[in-house]
Amino acid sequence: MATSTPAAPTGGQPHPASAAPPGKGGAGGGSSQQSRRNIIHRFDLKGMPYGFIAPFFLIFGAFGLYPLLYTFWISLHRVELSTMHTREWRGLANFTELLKDDLFWNALTNTFTIGVISTVPQLLMALGLAHLLNYRLRGSVFFRVAALVPYATSIGAAALVFTMLFERDFGMVNWALGAVGIDGIDWSSEKWPAQFAISTIVIWRWTGYNALLYLASMQAIPRDLYEAAAIDGASRWQQFRTVTIPGISATIIFTIVLSTIGATQLFGEPLIFGQGPNGVSGGADNQYQTLGLLLYEEGWKNYQMGRASAIAWAMFLILILIFVLQRVIGRVTSRKS
Amino acid sequence: MARHRFGTTLASATAAAVSLALVAGCSSGDDSDKATAKDGKTVITMGLFGVMGYKESGLLDQYMKDHPDIKIEAEVAGDEQTYYTALQTHLAAGSGLKDIQGIEIGRAKEVVDTQADKFIDLSKTEGVDHFLPWKLSQVTTKDGKVLGLGTDIGPMAICYRKDMFEQAGLPTDREEVAKLWAGDWSKYVEAGRTFKKNSKDKKLAFVDASSGLFNAMIYGDEKQFYDEDGKLIYQDNPVVQDAWNLAVSAAKDGLTAKLPQFQKGWDPGLAQSTFASTVCPAWMLGHISEKAGPANKGKWDVAQAPKGANWGGAFIGVTEQSKVKEEAQKLVSWLTAPEQQAFIFEKLGNLPSSKTALDLPAVTSAKSEYFSGAPIGQIFGAAAKEIPNKQVLGRKDAAIKDAFSQGLQLVDRGKDADEAWKTTDERIKKLTR
Repeated sequence: MATSTPAAPTGGQPHPASAAPPGKGGAGGGSSQQSRRNIIHRFDLKGMPYGFIAPFFLIFGAFGLYPLLYTFWISLHRVELSTMHTREWRGLANFTELLKDDLFWNALTNTFTIGVISTVPQLLMALGLAHLLNYRLRGSVFFRVAALVPYATSIGAAALVFTMLFERDFGMVNWALGAVGIDGIDWSSEKWPAQFAISTIVIWRWTGYNALLYLASMQAIPRDLYEAAAIDGASRWQQFRTVTIPGISATIIFTIVLSTIGATQLFGEPLIFGQGPNGVSGGADNQYQTLGLLLYEEGWKNYQMGRASAIAWAMFLILILIFVLQRVIGRVTSRKS
Repeated sequence: MARHRFGTTLASATAAAVSLALVAGCSSGDDSDKATAKDGKTVITMGLFGVMGYKESGLLDQYMKDHPDIKIEAEVAGDEQTYYTALQTHLAAGSGLKDIQGIEIGRAKEVVDTQADKFIDLSKTEGVDHFLPWKLSQVTTKDGKVLGLGTDIGPMAICYRKDMFEQAGLPTDREEVAKLWAGDWSKYVEAGRTFKKNSKDKKLAFVDASSGLFNAMIYGDEKQFYDEDGKLIYQDNPVVQDAWNLAVSAAKDGLTAKLPQFQKGWDPGLAQSTFASTVCPAWMLGHISEKAGPANKGKWDVAQAPKGANWGGAFIGVTEQSKVKEEAQKLVSWLTAPEQQAFIFEKLGNLPSSKTALDLPAVTSAKSEYFSGAPIGQIFGAAAKEIPNKQVLGRKDAAIKDAFSQGLQLVDRGKDADEAWKTTDERIKKLTR
């Protein structure tokens, strides 16, 4: 690409508007008025964009960056919510204790397992769904809107309905299982059933959304690629594998990144699924306590703000770690190919 | 995919709100001149939770009618946990407090220990000596400051299903039923074993959950988790150990429906009649009649519990920050006066914490139509008098109670009782650290 552009004298690095002399050669000195106008003009060009985006960054500073830094400051102390003004300096003790805490590792594992059993089927199903929606079919608008409905449902309503479906004694799922001769499953107190049930809520809410993302990106693939493949004798499945998947790979990576962030922060679904004290602790045995819930338990049940802040930062660091890993893997694989 | 956008938003919104509150707390302590006079009226704001009954029974409207110059704005939070978290944030920030704030019994000690200077002293309120002696002592600081006046108390009884008792060959008359287990909780569990053996419907459970039983047993004693010096004693307290062991044996013998009170499945359990009895404080009757529904009216009855015990109850106090302390204090004293407490009992079933009110005919003669006409005024009134004269509270009572309840659920799930105790112990150590 760079071959078509004239080589910059500074050597490739696109300098922010190299300080070109104002006007062409000056044309007889130029009045001070004109140079002021030039300054305004230049500010207009270079300054205004910053002016326009400033509100976002100011708000981000107040509501994003400041809380982030303040949280870190808090995480170095022992602080209780009822006595926020008395802080006891602990250094990194909150973090070292966290690493020794079984509950933290338990929550991390749960976050990972729930993340996997919700994300993987969800993305695969979304891919399949998008593929089907990509065919010319009657009432396609209806199906596309329908796919998005769960996404528009509030998390509270969705989680509550699923909680009732997965109820032990009178839930519909157990009733249906009973009809085919399977004994009632205690969905909320057994570990894997509980994690499975929570994953179902997540899958239900987000499959359609991802399917639409995939669909949008599939429609950008030129038709003639399929035609060419068909002429070469590729089956539908081969077309899907060799044309569709590479064509939407950027979107796939995008959805994987977003799901990873979402999975790390999983909070609302298990909280509502457990209801009451069992929601906060993720089941009586912490069998589905995620990092988000552990943070909530420390902060809003035990009222230990220092420990809660340490967990918040641990989650933040984990996300950064995943991001870095993903970049490294991406670079290594692209270098190989 | 961005799965939990809403959850994320919720969490970050909470975080943002908290940090904002903190910022506010650091920068300015007072809300300057918050208009207390709208159209010439004095405005009193109240922060309440659950069903304390003042708004629901129309008492606040009554007060405004009697005092045309007063306007009361009451905000009622459904869930106490949420309410208390907000209250703590407001107390820490020094802003956003109402003139009158409710305090739940499980939080009383923490408020007394850490927030005493944020509430005004109500010990000099006129006619304040009508309360049960132990009630006000729970919100009295070491130097005699009373932070709140008592609303209701939670003496316990046993609510049971007559029809289910009958088919299992147990007596159904409330006097005879009470005799089955008089004086000893282990007799109640024994009755459960008889029930299980003789019940024709093998799916029926005797009691909803072992945690209710555990609560009832420990709250029949002066001390539960803490001693007077605020030291944790639950590990060695025989009361806690006995309650744990009995609750465990009830669970191991399969007498429970594994449905802890107010948790998932309990309401459907009531509606579908899956258990024959439950330990019920006075304020729970309203909930049971609502959730069990009209179909089960007249099938329920109330019998005296083996021993007197208290579960729940609350206080209302006036905050130091209030600009209308005098008016607020008057309102608090009126709302907690014997007549008003008796009125709320009649309307909603919250049993008065006022000794005088407990002897008013409106209370003593009260009967519950839903519970087969049981004389609930007498039953709970008698239970109230059996409650120990002192109840030592601790800072983390509410959270520790939850931890034990979860520990017993582990036993319900089939975990070894010693293991479950160990887990519970670790959790309590962590949350009190």
